[in-house]
Amino acid sequence: MDFTLNIWRQDGPQDAGRMVAYPVTGISDEMSFLEMIDVLNDQLVRSGDEPVAFDHDCREGICGMCSMFINGEAHGPNRLTTTCQLHMRSFKDGETITVEPWRAAAFPVIRDLVVDRTAMDRVIQSGGYVSVNTNGNTVDANALPIPKPAADEAFEAAACIGCGACVATCKNASAMLFVAAKVSQLALLPQGQPERLDRAERMVAQMDEEGFGNCTNTGACEVECPMGISLDHIARMNRDFLHAKVAKKS
Amino acid sequence: MNDQKRPYGFDAKVPDGPLADKWTHHKNNVRLVNPANKRSIDVIVVGTGLAGSSAAASLAEMGYNVKAFCFHDSPRRAHSIAAQGGINAAKNYQNDGDSTHRLFYDTIKGGDYRSREANVHRLAEVSASIIDQCVMQGVPFARDYGGMLDNRSFGGVQVSRTFYAKGQTGQQLLLGAYSALSRQIGQGKVEMFNRHEMMDVVVVDGKARGIIARDLITGEIERHSAHAVVLCTGGYGNTFFLSTNAMGSNASAAWKAHRRGSHFANPCYTQIHPTCIPVSDDSQSKLTLMSESLRNDGRIWVPKHMKDVEAIRNGSLKPTDLKEADRDYYLERRYPAFGNLVPRDVASRAAKERCDAGMGVNKSGQAVFLDFASAIQRYGATEANVRGLENPSTEEVRALGVELVEAKYGNLFQMYQQITADNPYETPMKIYPAVHYTMGGLWVDYNLMTTVPGLYAAGEANFSDHGANRLGASALMQGLADGYFVLPYVIGDYLADDIRTGKISTDGAAFDEAEAGVKARIDALLNNGGTTPVDDFHKQLGQIMWNKCGMSRNAIHLKEAITEIQALRSRFYEDVRVPGRADQLNPELDKAGRVADFMELGELMCKDALERNESCGGHFREEHQSEDGEAARDDQGYAHVSSWEYTGVPSEAVMHQEELVFENVELKTRSYK
Repeated sequence: MDFTLNIWRQDGPQDAGRMVAYPVTGISDEMSFLEMIDVLNDQLVRSGDEPVAFDHDCREGICGMCSMFINGEAHGPNRLTTTCQLHMRSFKDGETITVEPWRAAAFPVIRDLVVDRTAMDRVIQSGGYVSVNTNGNTVDANALPIPKPAADEAFEAAACIGCGACVATCKNASAMLFVAAKVSQLALLPQGQPERLDRAERMVAQMDEEGFGNCTNTGACEVECPMGISLDHIARMNRDFLHAKVAKKS
Repeated sequence: MNDQKRPYGFDAKVPDGPLADKWTHHKNNVRLVNPANKRSIDVIVVGTGLAGSSAAASLAEMGYNVKAFCFHDSPRRAHSIAAQGGINAAKNYQNDGDSTHRLFYDTIKGGDYRSREANVHRLAEVSASIIDQCVMQGVPFARDYGGMLDNRSFGGVQVSRTFYAKGQTGQQLLLGAYSALSRQIGQGKVEMFNRHEMMDVVVVDGKARGIIARDLITGEIERHSAHAVVLCTGGYGNTFFLSTNAMGSNASAAWKAHRRGSHFANPCYTQIHPTCIPVSDDSQSKLTLMSESLRNDGRIWVPKHMKDVEAIRNGSLKPTDLKEADRDYYLERRYPAFGNLVPRDVASRAAKERCDAGMGVNKSGQAVFLDFASAIQRYGATEANVRGLENPSTEEVRALGVELVEAKYGNLFQMYQQITADNPYETPMKIYPAVHYTMGGLWVDYNLMTTVPGLYAAGEANFSDHGANRLGASALMQGLADGYFVLPYVIGDYLADDIRTGKISTDGAAFDEAEAGVKARIDALLNNGGTTPVDDFHKQLGQIMWNKCGMSRNAIHLKEAITEIQALRSRFYEDVRVPGRADQLNPELDKAGRVADFMELGELMCKDALERNESCGGHFREEHQSEDGEAARDDQGYAHVSSWEYTGVPSEAVMHQEELVFENVELKTRSYK
């Protein structure tokens, strides 16, 4: 298969950046999208050009590192799929494919397709945890049974890989789905109860401080989330957040 | 005996007393650092996988000033995240006779009697606490309908002691450790350096006192000092280029430590995982594991007859249409006691044996089937009973079975389908062994300290717990055991001497020399003027390693490999092309440094494999096998750790031997028959 790749090139944070077209040929349909970019980069290096910088690591859809906006969609055309798990059989021979970085005020471009997502780490640091120290003497893990439905739903929220597709896809660059996934996971479990309201409040405050936009319930995040995380978690976070505000006032 | 071998000059510091009391006794007797003094002590932790995140979080909770480093954009991305199947713990929740001793024994046996008893027993002792700790952090392990934790079985054991969170156990455990680390970062007790690569260890007056790091965004070379340095930098599977490791997983930190005096132990012990998705073509950049947990329910087979193999390869016969009588479930045939759940090394070699005999089921002849049809049928029938369906149709039973299999392994099946475009509910998966984990690593004593005082290694980066073969679901256990429950105790014993030392200066000859070395190397790579991209060299290295130091090895091939790797390394320095500049994000430059180190480590792996004239665990020497092709161990000659001291040329390293003393288990020929 042959393709024309229209790729965002930006030499550094200060550079204005531009789209550049590159032909790639002899691509097999079994290749992953990133292996196709490897082929392009190999050509670029051999011809004395600079390869396209992009984030990637595990290449099995779980580390959350890869982050390409392909033909106007976060992680490309397939649902429940990260960029690294997208294969060229999903494209038509001869197609022009547009590849851009995540675009959001809170995700400044570092180089080419690589953006800075540390804002998401700072949101977790503001409260996305249970305050328990390591000591080896906590209660036995089975001392506190957790109903299976709650454990399963907590797991579904906890499956978030922190890639930022939800932010990249949202017209407001809102991080609500990412933040809600963590708030909701811990809200569903008994271990998360003591800090539940405080956590929601602190994480939302940090999210706002980082410059993520507001949520207008378009649901685009849920559609593009490679882990299929549900909007229900946003509803749960909103309830906890309001509850926290009301609790403080009274 | 090779005259280069020396008796071990370093004490493993295994505490005295009965095995089951050693750790408790040791904890009660190690020196402590009081809380006020901890505040004046700095610790560097490199790597933020399970071992690194849990160590950094725990040490900061205790009061030390921690600086943590990772090359990713976030500490949440280390490759521990990709571990699928589960984590072992001797909880005996299933009442199937499990105990600390059984976990200890299974791990020693699974490791083919090549690990240190005391370390392994400690691992088994703390395993239960790991589960308690993780549950408290909010890790959503799988539960049964009563709300209790669920377990599954893994290879090489006869109990159900593996805790799991679907096929994403590593992710959930890492995110637990990441949340603990994030809490400490938020409180200012851990200073986190994302997108930083450790370039060298700085040794001042014989002690590890800091590192040289490179900011991967700006290219700035930085000096960081500390009273102790902990390397949690993972394994070296990517020496083979194709492995289940992440693209960025590298051995550079461990290799730099080796060059600075840390011995490298048992580098030839490599784990080839039996169930990975086979290579599809030359552009393949990495291999994907299908969790060992699938062997709970999947049956491995190839056709019995060559004509059926050919028919399946050319597409004229569907595997589902081949009669039971014409299938060879070779693991069940050869190892009736453990069947499909034999340990990884045994399962991998058995797959290779069938494929070498021409029975491989894909075009390249390097694949076997992993089939879920029986499991779907079995689960469906049980579920039909549970739901009280009378005379359910075949389709109904199948649908119910699919539902249950999906609940257990859904994300793995989905991943398989995304990669191969085959639906594993309809047709058996095709799998083949691939490099997955490395049991060897930096030599450490009982306190996890390397042969450089103040330099520690934890998790996959050390050699300590898995012997010559790691059992499934034990890597997560070891990473978290080291980070949460071992390092926090043992590190105080060393740091107690440093309470009056004060801040370590980053001035001085040792830092100057290390920084100058790092800069010179970067300059040399960037200004090499060559024509060949880094990946070419990495792929060639991988081919040498896979063909000559892979699933089976012999002296002739290993000697050839050493010569070939040396020649490859010369060509690399003559002809590698590294584009871009040093003062910006430059992934090709990062890769070049890592591949240069792999080419040295690969040579040492071959040397170690050559010197170990026996077969054990993941190390199979063709010269040493029984008549029916099983590994033949030599306990008289090789019940020792081969620990290598760097001398300049990797394969001219000097070997030191740590004799392995087995006081609590009897060395037996491992049999899973």
